[in-house]
Amino acid sequence: MNRKDFKIIAEWIQKDSTVLDLGCGDSTLLDYLVSNKNISGYGFEKDIDEVQESIKKNINVIQSDFNTGLAEYIDSNFFDYSIMTQALQENKNPDHIILEMVRVSREGIITFPNMGFWKNRLQLGLGRMPISKSLPNQWFDTPNIHLCTLNDFEKLCEDLKITILEKKVLNNRYSSNLLLKILPNFFGEIALYRFKKY
Amino acid sequence: MVIIMQNKLKDNSVGIVLPKTVEIKYGLQLDCGKNLENFSLTYETYGELNSKKDNAILICHALSGDHHAAGYHSVADKKPGWWDSCIGPGKPFDTNKFFVVSLNNLGGCKGSTGPNTVDKKTGNEFGPDFPIITVNDWVNSQKLLADYLEIDTWACVAGGSLGGMQALQWAISYPSKIKNSIVVASAAKLSAQNIAFNEVARQAIITDPDFHDGRYNNFGVVPKRGLSIARMLGHITYLSDDSMRQKFGRDLREGKLHFGYDVDFQVESYLRYQAQAFVERFDANTYLLMTKALDYFDPAKEYNGDLSIAFENTQSRFLVVSFTSDWRFSSSKSHEIVKSLVKARKNVSYSEIESNNGHDAFLMPIPNYLGVLKNFIDNIL
Repeated sequence: MNRKDFKIIAEWIQKDSTVLDLGCGDSTLLDYLVSNKNISGYGFEKDIDEVQESIKKNINVIQSDFNTGLAEYIDSNFFDYSIMTQALQENKNPDHIILEMVRVSREGIITFPNMGFWKNRLQLGLGRMPISKSLPNQWFDTPNIHLCTLNDFEKLCEDLKITILEKKVLNNRYSSNLLLKILPNFFGEIALYRFKKY
Repeated sequence: MVIIMQNKLKDNSVGIVLPKTVEIKYGLQLDCGKNLENFSLTYETYGELNSKKDNAILICHALSGDHHAAGYHSVADKKPGWWDSCIGPGKPFDTNKFFVVSLNNLGGCKGSTGPNTVDKKTGNEFGPDFPIITVNDWVNSQKLLADYLEIDTWACVAGGSLGGMQALQWAISYPSKIKNSIVVASAAKLSAQNIAFNEVARQAIITDPDFHDGRYNNFGVVPKRGLSIARMLGHITYLSDDSMRQKFGRDLREGKLHFGYDVDFQVESYLRYQAQAFVERFDANTYLLMTKALDYFDPAKEYNGDLSIAFENTQSRFLVVSFTSDWRFSSSKSHEIVKSLVKARKNVSYSEIESNNGHDAFLMPIPNYLGVLKNFIDNIL
């Protein structure tokens, strides 16, 4: 476990709860939550290599694209938490996914790279699409089709009638500092939100 | 001969295996209402049962399968058992670690009591009088085999297609006697389309003039035409359009059209060959029985059609696998199983393997498929 955002997520999750991880990758997070929070749950993952790794870890994984899979597999209010780490910006319809998350679970947890980070603004100001540690791809081969800033995300939540319960903004070393607290949308590189319906 | 043998052993094979047969002296109450008294089951085992007896895996066969799942019966055999790609030293069902049991199901034609064995009560062959056996009956008979082998709990029960149905039924019927259930290219119930294919196959057999109401052996004949057509039809549905195009395309067998009704295309030649080979090794009454077992399977039926309630008392972990090009047991049928298991909050993993091999993919050594099986099974012990 080297990702500090996973530790923050774990702090937000109650012991013995049920968790759904959307785009669970190799299930490192779920594995961590099973060991540390005794959660039970499932991961959705469409990449077969990641599915193999998840099965190797003895984690419940469903090979499916969660854009369609959620509606097919999961009843409303079924989980305590649904989590999506660093995948919101890759979705065709982020707003739809956020609504799906609050449909299937009591609380949603999302992490994403902040497009409003000052280095991104600077690169764009100089006339080029931003490239950074948290956004490493060139514009033509990036999976990130729906990037947003913290303000954009919060506005969308407001429009969707979603209440933000908690928010953490971090730099690319997954730590916080005074600057981040004063001007999160300018100095924050990674955002974590916990939210619920209404 | 020695060279062939060495090659086969080198290939992670379980090598030469010998089937065994056990007489079960027990009255088995069948779903159809009849009682089957004293029957025999033919089976093979691979690997060793450990002292704790917790490493036993039961392999369940599909429509035309039997107990010979891995290895060879003799050095002269051209082909190994039907799931040899998955069973053997170092393979997903690793015989260095597990004791693998594979049986010929009741109603089969390869040694276990079935239509072509003699009814001791009458002294005649059962033939069409052999009772219809259900997946549930099979699981009950397999439980008796487990008792005989002194296996209290299966580390895993696994199968593809009709075999996957048995793996599901085990988890439902004997929740505490199975730790893991592997359900490959299967379904919790057949679709109307699937039942329709089975009905065409049955009609082909039953309307063959050599069928004689199932008593063909008394007349010294076999309903070859019907059984051939049934097999050809089945075979087409086990392949995909893509795989047939790749395998045969529109290739002609002799390079030209004959303007007649004999074989022109390679695909016709292939189907006839497969059908011929099948007729020589399979029994028509068993084929009818197996298709009925498929059609009748519906564990959700007694729970108002709610499969998740049928799964409520299960205790095993589940692995469900489907294949993208399988249209006879399409992925949507596996989704139905997975959805119900999730709803019942059971431990389940699901993988939909990319393959253009259609339903037959479950028998093939597809790397991602073997990987998923191996990663899951490695966690069993």
